[in-house]
Amino acid sequence: MSSARLDETFNALPHRRLGDVALGRAESLGASHAEFHFERNRFQYLGARDGVLQTASDSEDLGFSVRVVHGGAWGFASGVVLTDEEAARVAETAVAVARVAAAMTRDPVVLAPEPVYDDVTWVSAYDVNPLEVATAEKAALLVEWTARLRTGAAVDHATSFLHQVQENKYYADLAGTRTTQQRVRLQPGFEASGSDETTGLFDSMASIAPPVGRGWEYLTGAQWDWDAELTEVPDLLAEKLKAPSVRAGRYDLVIDPSNLWLTIHESIGHATELDRALGYEANYAGTSFATYDKLGNLHYGSPVMNVTGDRTQEHGLATIGWDDEGVQTQRWDIIKDGLLVGYQLDRPMAAMKPELSGPEHPQGRSNGCAYADSPGHIPIQRMANVSLEPAPDGPSTEDLISRVDRGIYVVGDKSWSIDMQRFNFQFTGQRFYKITDGKLDGMLRDVAYQATTTEFWRSMEAVGGPQTWVLGGAFNCGKAQPGQVAAVSHGCPTSLFRDVNILNTLDEAGH
Amino acid sequence: MTVTPQELVEHALAASTSDDCVVLVRDVTSANLRWANNTLTTNGVMTEMSVTVISFVGRATGVATASVSGAATTREGVSALVETADAAARAGTDAEDAAELVADSTSADWADAPETTDIHVYDSFAPALGDAFERAQAERRLLYGFVNHEVATTYLGSTRGLRLRHVQPTGHYGCTGKDLSLTRSAWAGGATRDFLDVDAHAVTDEVARRLAWAERKIDLPAGRYDTILPPSSVADLMIDAYWGAGARVAHEGESVYSKRGGGTRIGEQIARSGVNLFSDPGHAPIASAPFAVATASDNTESVFDNGLPLGRTDWIRDGRLEALVSTRHSAQMTGQQVAPYVDNLVLEVDGADATLEEMVASTERGLLLTCLWYIREVDPQSMLLTGLTRDGVYLVEDGEITGAVNNFRWNESPIDLLNRFTAAGRTVPSFSREWGDDYFSRTATPALRVPDFNMSSVSQGV
Repeated sequence: MSSARLDETFNALPHRRLGDVALGRAESLGASHAEFHFERNRFQYLGARDGVLQTASDSEDLGFSVRVVHGGAWGFASGVVLTDEEAARVAETAVAVARVAAAMTRDPVVLAPEPVYDDVTWVSAYDVNPLEVATAEKAALLVEWTARLRTGAAVDHATSFLHQVQENKYYADLAGTRTTQQRVRLQPGFEASGSDETTGLFDSMASIAPPVGRGWEYLTGAQWDWDAELTEVPDLLAEKLKAPSVRAGRYDLVIDPSNLWLTIHESIGHATELDRALGYEANYAGTSFATYDKLGNLHYGSPVMNVTGDRTQEHGLATIGWDDEGVQTQRWDIIKDGLLVGYQLDRPMAAMKPELSGPEHPQGRSNGCAYADSPGHIPIQRMANVSLEPAPDGPSTEDLISRVDRGIYVVGDKSWSIDMQRFNFQFTGQRFYKITDGKLDGMLRDVAYQATTTEFWRSMEAVGGPQTWVLGGAFNCGKAQPGQVAAVSHGCPTSLFRDVNILNTLDEAGH
Repeated sequence: MTVTPQELVEHALAASTSDDCVVLVRDVTSANLRWANNTLTTNGVMTEMSVTVISFVGRATGVATASVSGAATTREGVSALVETADAAARAGTDAEDAAELVADSTSADWADAPETTDIHVYDSFAPALGDAFERAQAERRLLYGFVNHEVATTYLGSTRGLRLRHVQPTGHYGCTGKDLSLTRSAWAGGATRDFLDVDAHAVTDEVARRLAWAERKIDLPAGRYDTILPPSSVADLMIDAYWGAGARVAHEGESVYSKRGGGTRIGEQIARSGVNLFSDPGHAPIASAPFAVATASDNTESVFDNGLPLGRTDWIRDGRLEALVSTRHSAQMTGQQVAPYVDNLVLEVDGADATLEEMVASTERGLLLTCLWYIREVDPQSMLLTGLTRDGVYLVEDGEITGAVNNFRWNESPIDLLNRFTAAGRTVPSFSREWGDDYFSRTATPALRVPDFNMSSVSQGV
């Protein structure tokens, strides 16, 4: 439960009045459905390098949009001038756009129904809004981090950064739903880099702290041990610079949550977005191998694999009370005992496949995955917090490592890439430890793991217990045209995979 | 009563109590259409106005600065931004990139209103697209795609007498086609400034032609292949090479442009002779802003450089590394010429004049790619990139396209490729599938033929 309150400076803006004007105008022009979105998003980015603050910028998006269904077609328009006249004009433009679109719209827009939520509010869970902390205090912390890192003998350069976001959204529609919401999130990070004088090889070692839906307390409290990590990273870099290069081949992998969250994001999160599975992202982000005909019969992974979609997870980056179509957020199963059982939906997608929502929702029901990243962008189906469940009473990371004769323990994320149907992927990491006869046996360098999604998840022999589970995530998930960026969390335990293909990245670069 | 961008600039400069102030006002309108499965899916007309106030406060030890941006459209809104920026600069620390602010320059069109776009930019395109949907439906094809047109007018004013204006039209189109069984996929796309040169029929006909090439399917294993990279794929790779070309990062040992043991590789032969990579704001039809614009400082941009005139910058000339992206501060740090970031990129190979079709005709056996996707850096020291082929890998045999091949994951370095290509085509306006939509659409590149392109593994993706 959040102790935070809605920002009074947002409440003082004229969003309710503009919404009433815009919706009234859209209705008078014959819109069968109309939504009004009003947003104020505040951002601050600070960056330091080698003991000096390099970047400090504050920015704010403020504006509104109107989305209508008119003549069976979508129309969307946005504006930034906060007057009644502009609200009416934007509504008129949205209807005009829908009229142009109608001639090219073969299938009329249908939305799955949703109850009306009249004047509800929601605020995310945080104690101290980081944007209300003095910039000088934050800058001093980042500068100190780089100074500390540079005391390491192997460290030539150090960088640190802090992204902070406060998102305020007001939504209203012709059905009568009105929601007012506020979220705070932040992403701190640091990296040390250096080169080996003997070999000339350059490398880096970064923090593995995840971005979170928390406040400033993340940097000052007990949720992450920044001090320990700052102490550890220079030594880890030194070890990495001296580490032997991996021999390419097949290895068992024990993957830490700090790396596995990204594999989940790319190979499960995006692959189970129904708009992708139905082709609506085909020209940009791509489609999905997990096509709708595979629902209920695709063995996505091994029987120990259970994955949920969740927009209610406390501190999750995709967590909110109501989505950008006025749908109350939910938690549901995506993969159960290794089998594909669900997708992420918005209202149009839910209406297309009503059977997904069960007999109690014969016209379908969205599971609350609509999101627009700014007042000038169209709400699209967007990723929930998609997480791999731990095994109750499951093993520790050490137990999982002890089961491996010849393998690699992977920690932290770095490079990532996956194909347009979410089959073939390649990931690297921050650090890799050789496993010999059940024990860690020093670091390795130049490691990348490459696999196809189902082959990889079916090779998962065991998931760790709740004590290994960490909520990771990203600030920068891209999707849609025009491009939108969203933040999303992925929780997972440490997990054991058998017989995974490992590349040597130096060999890959050679010819 | 609407306040003009120029009035917002003047109001901010008058309101600032800092020693110096730079104000950027950006007026943007855009219009887009998106389609999938032979029907329009989303569309919109967007209007944005952003104001950035950068305050500078001098003190005995140096200059502190702060940058604040917001969607202000009124004098009151701008006053609030100025107040915040001034206070932040006074509370800030000395900026490491402090330099004399650029002064006394006025654009001839400073007083002009912002230029705009709207849904009518598609008055010719939209009906033709509707026809294309009908034809695709009749011929059992599915079309997916997106068109976007944006006009951004930037006003840059400063207390040192800058009054600069730039209008940047940016447009692009892309269309993917698939057969009904979703086992074949093709793509055609490009960049435009105004959509007057974009014919929906021509784009969708090209997609249909490429889908026909894929009627014969050939499975090939991973390996190294003689590969023709079309201009769009070369654009994908060269943009990465450009984005990774920061002078400071190179000087500090962290990039492919770093010299082992210290310093940069400027002056070294890093590509084959005859290779020229440059940016030029005046290069038609990919003209870009002729002055530097920076809302915040980082390794490659400095707020102190706002308004700095930009001209042609040779990054690689005749295969030799000539310059890396630098601010005045990082140029001084690294001992090289000042070479700010320019918003376009051209790759030319001396004497290369072949068309893509001629390059295909001269290939005994090899692969012709369509575009690249999900490109990410694996190793900064070699600039090893990984990515996928997408929407059409075609087998060329005896100068003819004889079918389509499965997709691949590849691992390659763009700098390495500039040394290894065996043939190049003429430079043409191109569009990066990976980066063109949202980040970098102004490129002109040739096709390149690489004899041993590293297809690391097979991708089942279509």
